[in-house]
Amino acid sequence: MSKPTVAVYKFSSCDGCQLSILNLEDELLELAGAVEIAYFLEARRRTLPGPYDIALVEGSITTPHELERIQEIRKQVKTLVALGTCATAGGIQALRNYTRLDDLSMVVYEHPEYLHALPKSVPLSEQVKVDFELWGCPVNKYQLVEVIQALLQKRRPNLPTQSVCLDCKRRGIVCMAVAHGVACLGPATRTGCGVLCPSNGRGCYGCFGPAPSADMKTVITAMLPIERYPGEVRGLFSNISNYAPAFRAAAEMLAAQSNQIAGENK
Amino acid sequence: MNQDIHIPALARVEGEGALTIRLKDGAINEILLNIYEPPRFFEGFLHGRYFQDVPDITARICGICPVAYQMSSVQALEAALQVTISPEVRLLRQLLYCAEYIESHALHIYLLQAPDLVNHESALTLAVEAPDLVKQGLRLKKIGNDLLKAIGGRSVHPVNTCVGGFYRWPAEQAIHGLVPELEWARQASIETVRWAATLNYPDFEQEYEFVALNRIEEYAIYDGDILSSKGKRISPQEFEKNYIETHVERSNALHSHTVDDRTYFVGPLARFNLNYKKLRPMAKEAAREIGLKAPILNPYKGLLARAVELVHTCDLAIELANLYQPHGPSHVEFSVQPGEGCGVSEAPRGLLYHRYVVDEQGLIRFAKITPPTAQNFAQMEADLWALAPTAVKQPQEEASLSFEHLLRSYDPCISCSTHFLKLKIETG
Repeated sequence: MSKPTVAVYKFSSCDGCQLSILNLEDELLELAGAVEIAYFLEARRRTLPGPYDIALVEGSITTPHELERIQEIRKQVKTLVALGTCATAGGIQALRNYTRLDDLSMVVYEHPEYLHALPKSVPLSEQVKVDFELWGCPVNKYQLVEVIQALLQKRRPNLPTQSVCLDCKRRGIVCMAVAHGVACLGPATRTGCGVLCPSNGRGCYGCFGPAPSADMKTVITAMLPIERYPGEVRGLFSNISNYAPAFRAAAEMLAAQSNQIAGENK
Repeated sequence: MNQDIHIPALARVEGEGALTIRLKDGAINEILLNIYEPPRFFEGFLHGRYFQDVPDITARICGICPVAYQMSSVQALEAALQVTISPEVRLLRQLLYCAEYIESHALHIYLLQAPDLVNHESALTLAVEAPDLVKQGLRLKKIGNDLLKAIGGRSVHPVNTCVGGFYRWPAEQAIHGLVPELEWARQASIETVRWAATLNYPDFEQEYEFVALNRIEEYAIYDGDILSSKGKRISPQEFEKNYIETHVERSNALHSHTVDDRTYFVGPLARFNLNYKKLRPMAKEAAREIGLKAPILNPYKGLLARAVELVHTCDLAIELANLYQPHGPSHVEFSVQPGEGCGVSEAPRGLLYHRYVVDEQGLIRFAKITPPTAQNFAQMEADLWALAPTAVKQPQEEASLSFEHLLRSYDPCISCSTHFLKLKIETG
């Protein structure tokens, strides 16, 4: 039986999720033996023609060219996995979605007319059917191994969906919000990072995106009173995973509240 | 070569670029290095962010060198806010930077550039022929990643860096525990230098203006003055007056040149050539053993400079890890005040400059970031032209490989360079 073929693609992103594949130093050569790495430009020059069994796709869709490419790739692959927060939620660069592109281009580029960009940076799922989403900025490489193994074994990946907060409690890490008075997005954020920020003495900033069951209103109510500067909690939602619907809604709610307060003070 | 070359997507580089070379009457008529990696507008959306968010956000410019972005960011912001970090913080930042060098250099040497020198399309096929060699490279890379993780929580986009220092001191045992592995890495780096010296590099030398950070007392990575091989030494504050970026139509990246319109070259070759004497003795000895002397004028031999820097950073990391003894606060307390500041450090790929304006609430009002690859683009193009007369005499596939290899030897980080680049699809 021929080996399953895997293709790795990059769209608008930092390269960190593809690098997480190369960071599987102990497993990389074994992986290369178990599957046919048919297309992975960062790692190899040789490419095999499609169709492919599995595509791991990093990055968000931000240009007309990228839109064409992802549609073409979708036709070529059986299972398409969105790899990391750019691919699942539009990434940090989706922060531009709330501003007119012209205004931003002027800041960065001398000749914005040379740029060809879509009005928004969007997740893959806004443009094509996505079979599985692996969150994280960057993805956790062990979760990535689990996803690949599950796909090879034709089963659903077994990944936790609870919040960072719950894992903090399980590990006995002292609560940043309650004990230290530091705003933390742990109760709102999907686990998977290994509770990194609270373990390092800081609040979570949501890079694994919203936990499916989290109630953002409750999180806002708990965190707003301990803000160290105005807009801190809104900035936490409006950060790495800003364009994920639940975080976007939370940030909009906070923006509406602060506008209301500003109106009352006039 | 008797046909045009069109490489729609360059392999084994970080990010996305295309290369087109057109012939006319048997000579090369046009060379287009097309950077189609999409623009991401970081400098635009940093506007209005709280200063303490900046190192988390700028890390996302590059998954391979997030620490470099964090280090230039925090130094620029500390200058703007008039914050003085403790000597212990500076030492730990240097150690963090060593970890990124080990990871990034091992990646580039073994997985990105070396396959070109040993006639393989990737390290995956090389591993079939020389498994121990590739495993050595992967283990080196892993040790860099383990050290990044011990200090920063994770290797890609570490979370522990803040303006003023670190959120928390890493556990002493976690750092000291890595010393035996780092000692292995130092020996493996020396062996990397010896092995790299046995490879056949294309014969290609050019006159360059090299630009790198420089410090009197050490091989500058974390900070320093900006030194040019033309003899000019400036402070980081004078960078923008001397090195200019322009937006060219064929690229989503801005291209840099000196104020008098010369191309220049940043990265390992520039550092090695300008600061060779400041290398740690063990790295200097490794270079001496293979007869490597400054200046190296062959860009393909950037690999040798990287390998020597691996020895240097492993050796420095061992010293810093052994010295590590956390005491006092891990970050300084300060009050927010409006100001402007710049910061510059040596990313593995070269000079990385940041400047910010912060308002009285601590919000960013202006951001400017000049990454190494944007500075090298103009030089890379000049080198492609210089290579053309030789390449045109080679068979088609070899000519294509020569051009590609030249680009890869620069270790271009295209994602980095395009927070500001062009996107133009060639229409023929």
